[in-house]
Amino acid sequence: MAHTGPIVVLAGGLSHERDVSLRSGRRVAQALRSQGGEVIEADVNADLVELLSGLSNPVAFPVLHGGVGEDGGLQQALELLGIPYVGSSPEASRRSFNKDISSPLVAAHSVTVPPRAVLPHDMFRELGAKHLIKALGQRFGYPLMVKPARSGSALGATRVNEPSEMPQAMVSAFSYGDVAIVEEFIVGREVAVSVVETDGAPQALPVVEIQPNSGIYDYNARYTAGETRFIAPAELSDEVAAACAEVALTAHSVLGLRHLSRADLIIRDDVPVFIETNSAPGMTETSLLPLAVEAAGLDFGALCRQLVDAAVK
Amino acid sequence: MVSLAGGMPNIADLPREAIGAAISKLIAENGVQAMQYGSGQGEPFMRDKITEVMAEEQIAAHADDIVITCGSQQGLDLVTRVFCDPGDVILAEAPSYVGALGTFHANQCEVVHVAMDEHGIVPQMLRHAVHTLRAAGRKVKFLYTIPNFQNPTGVSQTLERRRELVALAHEVDLLILEDNPYGLLTLDEQPLPALRALDAEKVVYLGSFSKTFAPGFRVGWVLAPHAVREKLVLTQESATLCPPVFSQFAIAKYLDEFDWRGQILVFRDMYRARRDAMLEALPEHMPAGSQWTHPRGGFFVWLTLPEGLDSQAMLPRAVTARVAYTPGTAFYADGLGSRNMRLSFCFPTPERIIEGVKRLGEVIKAELVTRATFGIDVTPAQPIRRDLTVGPAPDVN
Repeated sequence: MAHTGPIVVLAGGLSHERDVSLRSGRRVAQALRSQGGEVIEADVNADLVELLSGLSNPVAFPVLHGGVGEDGGLQQALELLGIPYVGSSPEASRRSFNKDISSPLVAAHSVTVPPRAVLPHDMFRELGAKHLIKALGQRFGYPLMVKPARSGSALGATRVNEPSEMPQAMVSAFSYGDVAIVEEFIVGREVAVSVVETDGAPQALPVVEIQPNSGIYDYNARYTAGETRFIAPAELSDEVAAACAEVALTAHSVLGLRHLSRADLIIRDDVPVFIETNSAPGMTETSLLPLAVEAAGLDFGALCRQLVDAAVK
Repeated sequence: MVSLAGGMPNIADLPREAIGAAISKLIAENGVQAMQYGSGQGEPFMRDKITEVMAEEQIAAHADDIVITCGSQQGLDLVTRVFCDPGDVILAEAPSYVGALGTFHANQCEVVHVAMDEHGIVPQMLRHAVHTLRAAGRKVKFLYTIPNFQNPTGVSQTLERRRELVALAHEVDLLILEDNPYGLLTLDEQPLPALRALDAEKVVYLGSFSKTFAPGFRVGWVLAPHAVREKLVLTQESATLCPPVFSQFAIAKYLDEFDWRGQILVFRDMYRARRDAMLEALPEHMPAGSQWTHPRGGFFVWLTLPEGLDSQAMLPRAVTARVAYTPGTAFYADGLGSRNMRLSFCFPTPERIIEGVKRLGEVIKAELVTRATFGIDVTPAQPIRRDLTVGPAPDVN
């Protein structure tokens, strides 16, 4: 049954990805308005609880990236307030957002993940950064990836080509939190698989291949129109495409995600390697989930509306 | 989040209800004129009023030489468009207002920075820059300067320095574009004479109501020699037909019917408390090796980080700690400023400023620890700057 109360699109928040979130929120709000009904855009700030409390039968559609939107905090608050929402539970959001937790959980289901080490800043201080960096190089070889354990949009992530670049990369990662991940750099084709779940059965959308002009899919490449070439659906064999979809569905299921997610993968020798899953995927004009929706021949507005209806079931 | 980043004036202390009533009356009595097109130069009564405002900083001017603009930002653009061709050079303090750098860049001009010390732009460095550039065949169109409580450093030119600059402008035949949005927001002493008060021939002056009244009306002005003024009006007309007429009526009414000089005193008291809160919190929370300016007015403190830190690279850590600032690189056209940041004391309350400075101190200390952990003593690729271009020295008084 269709929800009839106001839909509150939550965007912004105080995270490093605030600007992206606002763009995503605007797009989702416009899409929902195209389907009719009352749509309210709201930031996550001190006015939000009062706003939600004053509405009759609202449903929330969080489109927050990073921190408050993906670490389960907002979802927990919405549950406390008794407001249904689109997206994953607090626990599932937390599992997904922490890459050091999500990766082993997914790997336990026969999914290939990059070998990695998760290290807090204090460990480098206590043991000496020089020794640990040397050990990391010996373990993973170069190039390798350094990134924050809790961050999105590739913020704080660096491809490190040689040992001399490691200190600066570690400092960048620790700018976003106290825990960093160092992992093998996977050479291959970068793809994303979005998963949507409107009727209780998760469905993988077509694979989207990412070809950044600079060769690196960093923050600029993600959110600047024209900086990245997207191929949707990706030109893959049926077997490889199916394997990618399987990994995305496995991650969605294993992490207990709900309604929507996006798995980021790298295809190496026809085998998808799982990098991470996002419980609050970007919805901007250059984001991957909307591209996949279009490639699937679906209507973005209708899908958003179905997600709202699923949230109140 | 405590934002020490933006430069928004705090207009909460304005008598908003009374202003609202006055504007309602304005619509009832003069709405037909106030909501109509107006003069490209700006309404005559508004220009008359502006001469009274400028007299507070010892500027004697005729209303005919004033062109009203959509904020002084548009004045900046009009002057640049009138004087400059692509490739021309504009001299500016090092560092300088980011909005001006953007305007100059949009007009395809090259900005060459000139060093400051604690008394403002350094005349001998300015002379050297002019001679060097001209010897290289470059066209130097003007010096852009903010003499009072400069954005971003908060540094003010002394009276002696102002006289030196004006004399130098004649010596090397250089136009000065004086931008003075903060002059009346002096917190410790009476306003010094504007550069335009010292010289009417070589100085084009930009004024604004954004800081002394409210920025939303978007009313600023250019005071220029007669020949320049005519070109400015033509450029203004082609850009907007006329500056905002309703805003001019509203501001003129405010100046007529309200104690605007008294309101500036209220603003000064409010900003003084905020400036003092920041200057008292900084020594308590900043680590050794930090330096900062001690502004006597305006909105900003310019902080120099301990050796090796990069304010842009540190920003994510600050945002995570719920404090924001503007990295110093925003205020340089040549990529310098990575060791600096601008801190605004204009908008947050004193209590929030103290909390913000406390958080910032913790962020800087954590960044120092992380860099020490990884053996990074000096930021890679950081240009080595000559002493005079490091930025203004802190005022130790």
